Amino acid sequence: MNKQKYQELTKKHSPKENKVKNMIIAFVVGGLIGVLGQLLVDIYINVGSISKDEATSLMMVTLIFLSCLFTAIGFFDNWVAKAGAGLFVPITGFAHATTSSALDYKKEGFVMGIGSNIFKLSGSVILYGVIAAYVFGIIRFVFFGG
Amino acid sequence: MIYLYSFLFAGIVCLIGQIILDNTKLLPGHITSLFVIIGAALDTFAIYDFFVNTFGAGAVVCITSFGHLLIHGALAKAASDGLLGLFTGMFSLTATGITATIIFAFIFTLIFKARD
Repeated sequence: MNKQKYQELTKKHSPKENKVKNMIIAFVVGGLIGVLGQLLVDIYINVGSISKDEATSLMMVTLIFLSCLFTAIGFFDNWVAKAGAGLFVPITGFAHATTSSALDYKKEGFVMGIGSNIFKLSGSVILYGVIAAYVFGIIRFVFFGG
Repeated sequence: MIYLYSFLFAGIVCLIGQIILDNTKLLPGHITSLFVIIGAALDTFAIYDFFVNTFGAGAVVCITSFGHLLIHGALAKAASDGLLGLFTGMFSLTATGITATIIFAFIFTLIFKARD
């Protein structure tokens, strides 16, 4: 069997991912997270009579609280596996990645386990966010005067 | 109407993420890092501000807004304090998200056990 035939054969037998279905699920789930966020903001503004900025912060805290809780209870992993980008692109993904790495390394102790590994999955978001913001900030400050 | 805009914006950002995930070898970590950088780049020219004002919470919940908040805080401080403001203001707006994540992740890690 030559190489080309082999590749054709493996392609035929490797599991097909339904890309269209994945895209629709990601779109709908991500959109629903956006709607949930907007709903929470409106509820907090009307019920708590607070400013829009405070309500937005409170909405972020709520979403993070829920995804940390659901991850720790255990069923959020399955949701993220099914919804794909629909759940890991919103802020829920950041909270999920942080909580799941903290849980995974809990057995290695508080400092060497949780402390060293809590940002194992989500740390790159902070790192490259800060680097990018710093570089773009300097560009904007130097060339456009702040 | 703002609900429809929120749905569409958050949905389309997640859709782009899913397309990248399915068609390249990039992992979720790569995609979220990329999106944060894109968010910071867009806010350099105040484009992401426009998104947040137009699309409401849909633009806030996406991880791109993390990059937007980082550079937004840094530039706001830089406007008043000069270049040092890039250091003092970097986390001024993202503090909510990072602090909430650390605190809730730690508390729930103490209470719950990892599943197999």
